[in-house]
Amino acid sequence: MTQTLLSLRNVSKQFDGKTVLDALDLDIQDGEFLTLLGPSGCGKTTLLRLLGGFEHPDSGTLVLSGEDITAKPPEHRPLNTVFQHYALFPHMTVFDNVAYGLKMEKRPADEIRQRVSEALALVQLDDFARRKPHQLSGGQQQRVAIARAVVKRPKLLLLDEPLSALDYKLRRTMQIELKRLQRELGITFVFVTHDQEEALSMSDRVVVLKDGKVQQLGTPREIYERPANLFTARFVGETNFFPGVVSRIDDEHIAVDVQGLLRHLRKPTFDVRVGQPVHVLLRPEDIRVLEPTADHGFTGKVIERNYKGSTLDSLIRLDSGQEVLASEFFDEDDPTFDYRLGEPVRVSWVDGWEWLLPEELNEAEVLSDDLNAEAPAGDD
Amino acid sequence: MTKGARQPFRTAVLILVWGWLLMLVLAPNLLVVGTSVLSRDPAEFIRLPFTLDNYIRLMDPLYLDVFLHSLYMAAVTTICCLIIGYPFAWALSRVSKRRQTLLVFLLIVPFWTNSLVRTYALKLLLATNGLINNALLAIGVIDEPLTLLYTELAVIIGLVYLLLPFMILPLYSVFDDLRDELLLASHDLGAGRWSTFVHVVVPLTLPGVLAGVLLVLLPAMGMFYVADVLGGSRNLLVGNVIKNQFLDARDWPFGAAASVLLTVAMAVLLFAHRLSRRRLGEEGG
Repeated sequence: MTQTLLSLRNVSKQFDGKTVLDALDLDIQDGEFLTLLGPSGCGKTTLLRLLGGFEHPDSGTLVLSGEDITAKPPEHRPLNTVFQHYALFPHMTVFDNVAYGLKMEKRPADEIRQRVSEALALVQLDDFARRKPHQLSGGQQQRVAIARAVVKRPKLLLLDEPLSALDYKLRRTMQIELKRLQRELGITFVFVTHDQEEALSMSDRVVVLKDGKVQQLGTPREIYERPANLFTARFVGETNFFPGVVSRIDDEHIAVDVQGLLRHLRKPTFDVRVGQPVHVLLRPEDIRVLEPTADHGFTGKVIERNYKGSTLDSLIRLDSGQEVLASEFFDEDDPTFDYRLGEPVRVSWVDGWEWLLPEELNEAEVLSDDLNAEAPAGDD
Repeated sequence: MTKGARQPFRTAVLILVWGWLLMLVLAPNLLVVGTSVLSRDPAEFIRLPFTLDNYIRLMDPLYLDVFLHSLYMAAVTTICCLIIGYPFAWALSRVSKRRQTLLVFLLIVPFWTNSLVRTYALKLLLATNGLINNALLAIGVIDEPLTLLYTELAVIIGLVYLLLPFMILPLYSVFDDLRDELLLASHDLGAGRWSTFVHVVVPLTLPGVLAGVLLVLLPAMGMFYVADVLGGSRNLLVGNVIKNQFLDARDWPFGAAASVLLTVAMAVLLFAHRLSRRRLGEEGG
């Protein structure tokens, strides 16, 4: 079942002396939907271009089903790309665009006609074969680009931020559509995005990249619930960090002093010793906002409230000065629940819902960078 | 409303543009067309009655020969410009933006010197004891000076020299619009360099090729001073015929008819260019 389709070993790439990919190892499984996720300049687009054959690594090897393809040009690789701006040939009809790859293989005309109509049916564009790309909407052009790539029956489909030019609604539709296609075709997808929500909702596995290095490789759930480091925790979703110090250790639990409150937490996977500083991570939806009269939790005041439709997000400044983001679902029993600005509350969580990470070198940098505030286009 | 406030300005601009076009484009051309169907008068240049004799005279083998020879030289010029200009424009679109600006600037610099002056400069280079012959003699490639001046070759060299920028600029514009992603997509779909060139690069740059041909072929047939200065008496262009009819033979109606012929040829080429652009659906995609 989980057979390796493509493996990258020790792949490095530099541009103008700047390291874009740094001794990268990665195994892509046959049939999986793998997403490369990271901020601008993390190397995800370069990695995709290396797979497509548009760039060649300075060192390292790419092995596809046992064959070394490191030096092969794009036209000799059994994989195809859906480009960010679709790259449809403007002088050709939809039919000719989709047929292009098969014509290059010198397939018989009958087979080409057959396979092109199948591919167009797959993306629900049967009636558009005679049109030119400029007569199609953005979403339709996107579908043609996908049909043009899958008609070649590639072993691997590379998608370079294919949804970034679409509006929110169309994006959601295309996300579902892509998942359906991937299931029906059984082709391995390698999908590049900087949108962590998209990555989590679509992928079988996510590769979080930063500075040309893999930060974490795992299922969306692992990435979100058990981030490997502070960068992943901050980049994927919103996270509250509470500084703490380990005060006692037993077989399954440790006691951590979090700003004066002693919490009994699950023992983390890394080694801990008494006196060691750690980060206690909590997602906004795991934060409990309590009445000020509650007998536990940190005291603070609501300084911002943000109605999100299904949730109420509030920003709470603790007495220590730290700001905590809480996201609460509306309750059927109390549909009008809301906070006044300045309302005193207490903030807590259920022990066991937290995630612990050790201190890191340069962590100030990771914690202060505004990772999610990047422009959507123009990676690398 | 702002529309009302803009109205006077709009009207003024429209009157200016239309006035300009009517006075300086439509009226002169109508005069030429009108003249071409009148008869010759030794004293007043033109007189009634209306006649189509001038067009019939154009079919005379003598003029047909000049026209065909002129077309031939213009065609060779165009092909030379295309062969030099196409790779040049491609390379130009590939260098860094700053270099591009500099190179396009260098391409335009010669326009600041009158083309007649530049043609005479070329004459000095090509003359029997000109720079080229002297240089070749000095390094011993030839023993006797080559006859370069007053040949068909000299006319074609002159035309290529003067008209090359008009080929390069429209080609540069289409190459500049040619997105890298399209070439990558072509390779990605299994096409090698040659296939990509034939199926993607050529069709997408065709409007530029046609625009360049348009800007080179017809002017090449009309640049009488190049043939005058470099060509001698046997290498006439249609432009020379027109000029001779007006200035030497004093046959205005016949000169006008020859001129109309060139204009019609231009219109046909413009139409073909339009058609090719529409086929590409202009922008978008």
